[in-house]
Amino acid sequence: MFTEIDIATMDEPAADSVPPQPWRTNKRIKGKPVNGTKKSCDTRAEWVNHIKRIRDAQDQAAFAELFQHFAPRVKAFLIRSGSDATTAEECAQEVMATLWHKAHLFDPSRATVATWVFTIARNKRIDVIRKQRRPEPEELDWGPEAEPEQDDVIALQQETAQLRTAILALPEAQRELIEKAYFGDLSHREIASQTGLPLGTIKSRIRLALDRLRHAMN
Amino acid sequence: MSKSIKHHLTDDLLMAYAAGNLPEAFDLMVATHLSLCDHCRARAESFEAVGGQVLEDQAQTAQMGSDALAATMALISQGAPTPKPAHKKCAVLPAPLQDYVGGDVNDIRWRPVGMGVKQAILPTTNEATARLLFIPAGAAVPDHSHRGIEMTMVLQGAFSDEVDHFARGDVEIADQDLEHMPVADISEDCICLAVTDAPLKFTKLMPRLFQPFLRI
Repeated sequence: MFTEIDIATMDEPAADSVPPQPWRTNKRIKGKPVNGTKKSCDTRAEWVNHIKRIRDAQDQAAFAELFQHFAPRVKAFLIRSGSDATTAEECAQEVMATLWHKAHLFDPSRATVATWVFTIARNKRIDVIRKQRRPEPEELDWGPEAEPEQDDVIALQQETAQLRTAILALPEAQRELIEKAYFGDLSHREIASQTGLPLGTIKSRIRLALDRLRHAMN
Repeated sequence: MSKSIKHHLTDDLLMAYAAGNLPEAFDLMVATHLSLCDHCRARAESFEAVGGQVLEDQAQTAQMGSDALAATMALISQGAPTPKPAHKKCAVLPAPLQDYVGGDVNDIRWRPVGMGVKQAILPTTNEATARLLFIPAGAAVPDHSHRGIEMTMVLQGAFSDEVDHFARGDVEIADQDLEHMPVADISEDCICLAVTDAPLKFTKLMPRLFQPFLRI
C-alpha cells in the first residue's frame, strides 16, 4: 500500500518566524525535536497559540507555519494509509482547511495540535478512502465564554511529550505494530491491547479536563 | 452524561476507534457510549494522543505541491461547510444516534419482530450491523448464543441476565461463549443499541431468537 511517489523530507518552519509565546521561555528548536526534554514539549506547546491566532485573528502567517509542518505529515499519513499521491494532496489541503474552520473547537487541555490534526486526518481517511461515515461522540466545547485553565493546557502538553518519549523508547517491533494500527494496516481484530502503552497519566489528565469542562458547561 | 455506568468499552475497541479501524456499526456504538461516558471518552482521547505521535514522528513526510498553501487558502475562502443542525436534547438518543435515526426517539422506524419486541436496523456499511431494539418492560429474550461479537448498550430502561444488571450507558459484550437470557426491567420499556459483526440475516433469525414472554 505504501507509495514512495512524492515522499521527501520537509524542513521545520524557520525558528525566527515564531512569535513570542506567553508561557514559553526556551527557544524553539530547529529540525527534529529532542525527545522528551523540556524544550521538546515547548516546541509542541507553541502550536497551541497558532490555533488561537487563527481562531481569534484569522492569522494567515500562523496558518502558513502550521501548514508547512503538518500538511506534509498528513499527506504522508494518507499515502501510508493506502491513498494515491493526488488524492492525498487534495485531502491534506482539505484537512488543513478544516483545521482553520474548526479552530474554535480545539481544546488544548485535552489534546495537542498534533493529536487534533491526527483526528481530522483520520476522519478524512475514513470518509475518502474507506468511504464510510464516521460517527463522532457528542461535541463538548468551552463555548465563547469559557477557556481551559492555562495550567491544564501546559500539563496536558507535557504529559503528551512524555508519552512521545515512551513510545519512542518502545522496542522496534512494538512500535511498528502501533504505527500499523494507526495507519489502518491492522483490522480491529488484530489490534491487541497489550501494546504496552503508558497511557495512565494522560488519561487521568484528559479526564480531569473533561470534568472541568462539564463543570463549566453546567 | 451518566455517572453510574458500570460496564465500559474494552481497550481494544477504544484503540481501534481512535485509530479509525472499526466497521461503521462499531464506530456508532463507541461514539454513542462516549457521548454518555467521560471515563471511556478520556481513554479514547488518550489513544488519539498516540495517533498524534504517530502522525508527528513518521519516518518520512510527503512534500506538498508548490501551490498547495495558496490552494488551501482558496478552499478556506469558500467558507466553512454548513454546520449540521444542532441536535435536540433527547433523553434516549445521544447525538450520534440521532444522526442515524434522522431525529429523536419518536422518529425511530420500528419494525415488529413478534411479542412486542421491535427493531430498527440503522444504515451502516455491511461489515457489521447496528440496530435499535425495543423490549417491552418485563419481557425476556430467550436463551441465545452469538456468532461473532455482539455488543448491546442500554439507552432506556434496563435489563438483567446471567452476567449482571445493565442500565443506561452500560455495554454488554457477548461472544460465542456466552449464552444468556436478557430480561428487561419491569419498570420501563427497554431500548438498546445492538451491534454485531456476524453476518446475521435478521429477518429470518429474529422471529426464532426473540420470542419474549411476559414475566409478572
